[in-house]
Amino acid sequence: MRRCLNSPFLLILALGAVVALLPLILPSNFYVRVVAIVYINALAVLGLNLLMGFAGQVSLGHAGFFGIGAYAVALGPVYLGLPGWASLIGGTALSGLLAFVVGRPILRLSGYYLAIATLGMGVLISMVVSNEANITGGPNGMEVPRLVLFGSRITGSLTWYWISGITLVIGALIVVNLIESPTGRAFRAIHDSEIAARVLGVDVARYKLLAFVLSAVFTSIAGSYLVLLDGFVTPNTTSFLLSIELVVMAVLGGLGSILGSIVGAAILVILPQFLTVFHDYEHAVLGAIIIVFLIFLPSGIVPALASLIRRGPA
Amino acid sequence: MSILTVENLRIAFGGVIAIDGVSFSVRRNEIFALIGPNGAGKTTLFNMISGLYVPQSGRIVLDGEDVTNFTPQELARRGMSRTFQNLQVFFRMSAAENVMVGRHLHENRNVFAHLLALPSVHAQNRTTRARAEELLALVGLEGVADRAASSLPYGALKRLEIARALATEPKILLLDEPAAGCNPVETEEIDAVIKTIAAQGVTVVLVEHDMRLVMRISNRIHVLDRGRTLAEGSAAEVRSNPAVVTAYLGGLGEQEAARARD
Amino acid sequence: MAELLQFTFSGLTVGAIYALVALGFTLIYNASDVANFAQGEFVMLGGMVTVFAMAAGLPIGFAALVAIVFVALVGLLLHRLAIEPARGASSVTLIIITIGASIFLRGMTAILLDKNFHNLPPFFGSEPFVIGGATLLPQSLVVLVGVALVLLAVWLFMSRTLLGKSLLATAANRTAAQLTGINTSAVIGMAFVISAMIGAVGGILVTPITLTYYDAGTMLALKGFAGAVLGGMGNPIGAVVGGLVLGLLEQFSAGYLSSQYKDAVAFIVILLVLFTMPQGLFGAKTVERV
Repeated sequence: MRRCLNSPFLLILALGAVVALLPLILPSNFYVRVVAIVYINALAVLGLNLLMGFAGQVSLGHAGFFGIGAYAVALGPVYLGLPGWASLIGGTALSGLLAFVVGRPILRLSGYYLAIATLGMGVLISMVVSNEANITGGPNGMEVPRLVLFGSRITGSLTWYWISGITLVIGALIVVNLIESPTGRAFRAIHDSEIAARVLGVDVARYKLLAFVLSAVFTSIAGSYLVLLDGFVTPNTTSFLLSIELVVMAVLGGLGSILGSIVGAAILVILPQFLTVFHDYEHAVLGAIIIVFLIFLPSGIVPALASLIRRGPA
Repeated sequence: MSILTVENLRIAFGGVIAIDGVSFSVRRNEIFALIGPNGAGKTTLFNMISGLYVPQSGRIVLDGEDVTNFTPQELARRGMSRTFQNLQVFFRMSAAENVMVGRHLHENRNVFAHLLALPSVHAQNRTTRARAEELLALVGLEGVADRAASSLPYGALKRLEIARALATEPKILLLDEPAAGCNPVETEEIDAVIKTIAAQGVTVVLVEHDMRLVMRISNRIHVLDRGRTLAEGSAAEVRSNPAVVTAYLGGLGEQEAARARD
Repeated sequence: MAELLQFTFSGLTVGAIYALVALGFTLIYNASDVANFAQGEFVMLGGMVTVFAMAAGLPIGFAALVAIVFVALVGLLLHRLAIEPARGASSVTLIIITIGASIFLRGMTAILLDKNFHNLPPFFGSEPFVIGGATLLPQSLVVLVGVALVLLAVWLFMSRTLLGKSLLATAANRTAAQLTGINTSAVIGMAFVISAMIGAVGGILVTPITLTYYDAGTMLALKGFAGAVLGGMGNPIGAVVGGLVLGLLEQFSAGYLSSQYKDAVAFIVILLVLFTMPQGLFGAKTVERV
């Protein structure tokens, strides 16, 4: 039983099964939509986890990439006349490019400095989006034209459920492939001891940059998906708060755990749904959750549960 | 015939001159030891040679090439490897995975193949894993390949670092206090491992405090004291050098040592 | 010329607050290696609590005192409940915990107080002085003098009192300080309390000019952090200079370049400093021992 839980490809299979079968038991469209949003967030968190959990770097500015993906599918069709799918690809490419350009100098930093530099990057993107109101609609946001593929409009919670679910499974598969490869071992080595990795010939700068770019790509796609689903985009997709929420999802679920990314996303997306009555308490509750979990379960929920299972019943 | 030459190396930290004009040559295939009392600068010297510190003056020549300002990665590509006094083990990885990272330079590093898990990657993983298991056996760790490194005892971790360093197929291996903190049994095991490595044609440069180990296996010994060269020679020559004894034991100690010899 | 003077006055005023935040950051960072993102909330609470205490009937002097004591308590609780229990955690985990605390404090303020903008009456009236063609609010002078007094008080505390010296010792080398019998945990708690108090004072002084509301803390913390990084993380004088320089840069770029992107200056400064001279203006380069 323990062996099964360890095999990463089995995880992908299980995930695929869940994605395929869940719609059968979800009671209404509302729930389908919520789960789709969970999948979308999980995709973003998976990317961040690749950077933070496996390569051991930190980013407090990933909402910047989320927002680039989100605004690309709004601005592309409206100002450049590009079809939605081309704008999505363009936004993803732009995020990847930005990560590549900014990543080289930023990733030379570590600890607090890296955290604050990525934070600065994210906030600057957020400011540009909020200030250029005549282009982006400013704080009020703008409408996002629905995606059109092969002549038909892509709308509806169920459709986006399938799109986001399948993308998530593919994304998880890519991450699993990466981990079980020389690149994945290089990431993990850098995480544990950069000095030793260097001495063994690992090009540390290159691999950190790779992790950064990949995580930006994952997060950007998630951003595009979310606003295509919603039909609307606001600067909230670039906010510092969102960057923090993504990090909390990753840490809460468990850094270095693919299942953890999904669990973390699920908790932070679903919980507010139950707390809609307590909407005003959202900040206080989020803050409290962060503090309590990081003190008592710093390795995250999934690793904590896993070690509980490993230790077995008394 | 020399594989590594350092010429007049000098480095200072703030106002403290840690290494002041040290020179020596290491011959191919020999076991060369760097000894000296605490604070003599041995690890600092290692860090300069292995590219972690940049010397303020002097030269480092590896196999005929001036490598003075090279990074650790560049040195690794030219056949230099090292272990660390304060373990730099990948604690979250298994013992086998630690050694597998050492194979990095000899692996196919095409990221796209890795992302798509092409068959070449599976073959690569198998080859790397097999080689790692061989090296673990060489240092006597064959039973713990899949154990988390964090669960291994100290002596095993020291040997794990050696196996990992060997995985890069180095021409020259720098061992920073490989027997530090080891009990006599573990020290004997390290002794045997070093001899095996040298027998396979790898040049070994050793920083060590354990005098018996050093005297037993070294071809030549270079003595440092307070950042400067004190003496160099064979084990017998160095052992009977009064300046060396004084440096280690102080003036009174020298008298005791002289008395002990007679 | 008048313009230049105007921007200098406003730059120094807002820079003085950044300097207080940066100093608070540095005190805590030096004592405990924690970058406290809740620092901005101390400033915000200073202003907000004073406003509400006055609304409850207290005269402004008393209200300010109540606010300072309250915020000091918040600082102490932050250390006891959120930082102490996480003592062995990585620096990133600690950052996120303080960010969580900042979010929590913001949320509680929104619930227990409110989400509106609030004002405090200026201490010495609102007739601006005119100097060299530029206007200077009396409250600006209050801010500058007030901050200078706070800095003096902190400096005297650190260099003249035993408690202050124990703080310096803990900052220099925690283990050594413990070995001399200093209760480092209590000392770190004290650093939090002091940082909280100076933040609160800053908030009270500046609210008559900038207003305050529940969300004011975030930007302040980030800009204070920028000032600390600019001056050299860990250097208290650097923190103050960094904060002032940042304030000036902000006002000058708002005046001569674009006022829309005024807030962006701090972040551009952070990125530039981190890319080109991460040790800041006064910091020292460190070498990692292997």
